[in-house]
Amino acid sequence: MAARNYDAVVIGGGHNGLVHGAYLAKAGLSTLILERRHVVGGAAITEELYPGFQFTTFSYALSLLRPEVIHELELTKHGFMPLDMPSTFAPTEDGDYLFLTGDKGADHHEIARHSAHDADAYTAYSHMMEEVVEAIRPLIDSIPPDITSKDPEERARMAAIGSYLADLPPKTLHNMVRLLTGSAADVLEDYFESDIMQGWLASSGIIGSKVGPRSQGSGLVLLYHSFGEHDGAYGSWAFHKGGNGGFTQVLARSAESFGAEIRLSADVDHVAVDNGRATGVVLADGTEIDAGIVVSALDPRLTFTKLVDPLELPADLVENVRRMKFQGTSAKVNFALDSNPTYPGLEGRSDHYRGFFNIGPSLDYLERAFDDAKYGWYSAKPYIDGAIQSNVDPDMAPPGKAVMSCFIQYAPYELKESDWDTERDPFGDVVQAQLEHFFPGFGDLVLHREVVTPLDIERTVGLTEGNIFAGEFLAPQMFFFRPAPGWNQYRTPIHGYYQCGSGTHPGGCVMGAPGRFAAQQVIKDRSAAS
Amino acid sequence: MIKTSPFHQRTSEANQTGLWSHWAGYLSASRYTASTKFEYYAVRNAAGVFDTSPLHKYRITGPDAELYLAGLLTRDIRKCRPGRAQYTTWLDDDGFVLEDGVVMRTAGDDFLLTTAHANKGFLDDHRLGKSVVIEDVSADHGALAVQGPLSGEIIKHLSPEATDLPYFGVTETKAGSIPVTISRTGFTGDLGYEIWVDSSHAVDLWDRLFNIGTPMGAIPIGEEALQMLRIEAGLLLIDVDFKSSRFAWNDDQRHTLREVGLGWMVRLDRDDRAFVGRKATEQDTPRWVTTGIVVDWQAWDSAYRSRGLIPEKDHAAALGGMMLYDSNVESIGHVTSFVYSPLLQRHIGIARIRPEHSTPGANVSLEVTIDHRYELIDASVTRLPFYDPERKTA
Ligand SMILES: Cc1cc2nc3c(=O)[nH]c(=O)nc-3n(C[C@H](O)[C@H](O)[C@H](O)COP(=O)(O)OP(=O)(O)OC[C@H]3O[C@@H](n4cnc5c(N)ncnc54)[C@H](O)[C@@H]3O)c2cc1C
Repeated sequence: MAARNYDAVVIGGGHNGLVHGAYLAKAGLSTLILERRHVVGGAAITEELYPGFQFTTFSYALSLLRPEVIHELELTKHGFMPLDMPSTFAPTEDGDYLFLTGDKGADHHEIARHSAHDADAYTAYSHMMEEVVEAIRPLIDSIPPDITSKDPEERARMAAIGSYLADLPPKTLHNMVRLLTGSAADVLEDYFESDIMQGWLASSGIIGSKVGPRSQGSGLVLLYHSFGEHDGAYGSWAFHKGGNGGFTQVLARSAESFGAEIRLSADVDHVAVDNGRATGVVLADGTEIDAGIVVSALDPRLTFTKLVDPLELPADLVENVRRMKFQGTSAKVNFALDSNPTYPGLEGRSDHYRGFFNIGPSLDYLERAFDDAKYGWYSAKPYIDGAIQSNVDPDMAPPGKAVMSCFIQYAPYELKESDWDTERDPFGDVVQAQLEHFFPGFGDLVLHREVVTPLDIERTVGLTEGNIFAGEFLAPQMFFFRPAPGWNQYRTPIHGYYQCGSGTHPGGCVMGAPGRFAAQQVIKDRSAAS
Repeated sequence: MIKTSPFHQRTSEANQTGLWSHWAGYLSASRYTASTKFEYYAVRNAAGVFDTSPLHKYRITGPDAELYLAGLLTRDIRKCRPGRAQYTTWLDDDGFVLEDGVVMRTAGDDFLLTTAHANKGFLDDHRLGKSVVIEDVSADHGALAVQGPLSGEIIKHLSPEATDLPYFGVTETKAGSIPVTISRTGFTGDLGYEIWVDSSHAVDLWDRLFNIGTPMGAIPIGEEALQMLRIEAGLLLIDVDFKSSRFAWNDDQRHTLREVGLGWMVRLDRDDRAFVGRKATEQDTPRWVTTGIVVDWQAWDSAYRSRGLIPEKDHAAALGGMMLYDSNVESIGHVTSFVYSPLLQRHIGIARIRPEHSTPGANVSLEVTIDHRYELIDASVTRLPFYDPERKTA
C-alpha cells in the first residue's frame, strides 16, 4: 500500500523530531513526522499514570532549550510557559540543609551557615562559570566543522575556531579546558570547602553519565548542564507548564501550525534505500511512505544500524557507531503523594519545594554511589535529583496532593547477575528508603510509585541502553565527533538520509539544537540541488 | 505616618523579603519571596493574591447619584446596571484626563468608586447642588485581588454565589459568615476577582481565602509582579503612563482620552450626556497614540553581546521615558512602561507614539543605555494588550 508522497519524512516524534519537522514545514516542505507511540515527545512526555496526578515519566525540567527555537518556531503563540523554579534545597548528612532562594545576599548567609569561605567562593565560581559558558556558546550554537574534510571552507572554519580560542582571555580558556577535560571535583574543590556545596554542585557533573564526580569527564557534564538559560539567568532550570510533555505538546502545535503532519502509532521499520539514495520509509505494518528526504530523530545506533542496512554504510562509520558508548546509568522513580513530605526543622513550610531538592550531600556520597555502578550494581545510597512539581505547577496534582519526580543515579543498564525486570521493585525500595531517611514519614504519603529503569527507557522511548542523551557526553563523542568523525553535520552517507536526534551536536537534553541545525542542512542541500 | 493595610498582620508574616513600598500612605509588599517571576507565574498559571487595600474608595449614594456620575465620568454610568462595574475616567474642561478608576454599582443609587489618587475634594466640588452623599470609605475596607486561572475555582469555594459573576460583574455576598463585595475585576489582564471586606473582618477573610487557595497553589504577590502583569495586559498606571491633568505643568504633560488609548470610553454619536470635558473631546485631534512596542530579541541580545555582556532580561519594570526614534533618528515618542515578559520571551513596552508612526508592525528604534552608552535597538509597534487570555472575559 503506497501512501501519499512527502518532501520529507521525520522518523521519531521526540522533541528534536518535532523541532526538525516544524522547521522543514516552515521552509515550505511537505513534512510528515512519524511517531511510534500514541503520544509525541519521546523522552519528554507527561502522563497521568495515577488518577489526577501528572507524571513526567522521564525528562522533567527545561533549561538548555535554545532561544532561537523559541522565537523561530513562535512557541509563545502555542502555550510556551517555562515556570520559574526559584529554590534549591539540599539536605546534608547531619540533618541540616542548604536552602537557596535566589536572593544573592540571603543565599550568602545561608551558605555561610556551612562555610563563610564558600559563601564568597560561590559568587566567584558562578562568575567563572558564566565566563566559560559565554566563551563556549558560539561553538555550541553553530554546526562544528567536519574535521575529516579537505574542503577549504571546512579547513577555514577549523582555523577560525583556533583563532577564536586564542583570542579568549587566557584565564577563561584555561578554565574551559579544565572543565572540558577534568573532573567536576577538581574544579569544585578549588573553590569550595563544605561538603554540601561540593556535593550539590558536583551533582550536575554526573547527570546521565557513567562517571563519578572524581572521574575525568565529569567536568564536561557539569559544563554542559550550565549552558542553559532562562530569561537571561544562566544555568537556571524551569518547569514547563504541564511538564516536559506540556512542552512537547507546544512543539507539536507549532509544527502543525506550519503545516507539518504528525502521525502517531507509526512504527518505522526501515528506511527505503535505492542506489545509495533514500526514497522513503517502510512502517512495521508494511505501509510504504515515499519521500526524497528521510530524517532520523533516533539515536545513532538505531539511525545507522537498525533503520538502514549497515552494509550500505562505510565500515568505519559503522565501527564508530558500534563503539559509541551509551551505557545508561540513570533511572526515574516518580511518586504520587498524599501531601508534600516534611523535612525535620521545616515543618509546615513548602517554599523549599519550589525547585529541585538534591540528595547528594557530599562528593564522597556521590562517588560511593558511583562505586556501586562501576561493579555492575545500583547504588545502595543513590543520588536523587528530586522535584515536587505540584508546588510549581498546581495542575500537576489534585489540590493539596503532590507529585514528585526523582531522577536517580546510579542504575547501570547492565546489572551483574540480575536484570532490571527482577530488580525494578527492589531498586524502587532502595530509593524510597533513602527518601524515608531524609524525609521521615515519606513512605506513609506514597499513593503510587512508578519505577523507570534504564531498560524501561530503552523499551519505551527507544534510547539505546537507556542512555538519556542518546550517546554519552564523553569528549570523544562530542562536537566534531558526535556521533562519528566525518558525520557530525547531520548528513549520512546515504543521499537524502539525515540525522537530527540528540546523538548529534550539541547533544542530549531538551535543547532543540540538533533538530534545528539538521533542518538548516536539509534546507541548504535542497536549495543547492535545485 | 505610614499606615498598614487591614491585612498587614498576615502580609507581614508572609513577606519574607522585608521589602515594602509606600503606596498611598500604606505599606505595600514589593515582593513576598526572592522570586518576582514565581509570583508573576502564580497569576498566569494558578492564582495570586494582591492586597489592593490602599486604593482610595468613595461611596456615592443619594437620589442624584446616577445623575451626578453621569455628568462627571466619561463612560455612561446610566448603562451600568446594578451588579455591574465600569472601568472609567474623568476629564477636565479641556478634555485632558484627570484620573482613571473603577466604579461599581452595587444598587440603584449606591456606587463605590476606587481611585489611585485622593479625590474627595474634587468629587465634592462637582456636586453642584445635586442630592448626593460622598463618603471617603478608604480606611473602612480592605480589598484583595485574587487573580489567575484558578481564581474562579477559589471564588467558587469561597462564595458559591459569586461563581457565575460575569466580567465586570459585582455582587454583595458572603464568604462563610463574612459579608463581602466581590467584583470580577483586576489589574492583571487575567481571569480575576476583587473582594472588598470591612476592615474588621480582613484577617478572617485572608485566612479563609488561603485555606481554600493554598492547596490550589494560590500565593500572595507583590507590586513587582503586578507591574509585569499589568504591562502585559496593557493597563495604564497613573503617574507612570500618564499624568493627572490636575498636577501637570503644561499641556505637553497632559493627555486626552484618545491620546491615552481610552477613546472607546465615549460614544459621542450615541450619547447625549453633557459631561465634563465633552466639548473638548469632540474637537480633539490627538497628538499621540498609546500603543505597544515589542523589542526584537536578537537585536537586544546582540547589543549586549557585542559589548561582551550577558543580555539583561530584567523582570523589574522600568518606568519612565525611554526614547523612540524613526529610521532618521528623529524622535517619535517614548516608552512609559517597559519590562521583560517571560511569557512572550521579549521586552515589551507601553508607548506613546506620534500617530504617523503608530501603525501596528511599524519599525521603531528604542534607545537604551548599555554600559553608559546609548544604543538604538530595533522594535516594532503592536496593539495592546500584549497578553489577553480568553478566560479573562469568558
Ligand atoms: C529519564 C530521563 C530524564 C531526563 N531528564 C531531562 C531533563 O530533566 N531535562 C533535559 O533537558 N533533558 C533530560 N533528559 C534528556 C532529554 O529528555 C533527551 O535528551 C531528549 O528528550 C531526547 O530527545 P530526542 O528528540 O533527541 O529523542 P527522543 O526523545 O528519544 O525521541 C525519539 C522518538 O522516536 C520514537 N521512535 C523510536 N523508534 C521509532 C521508530 N522505529 N519509528 C517511529 N518512532 C520511533 C520514540 O518513541 C521517541 O518519541 C532526560 C532523559 C531521560 C531518559
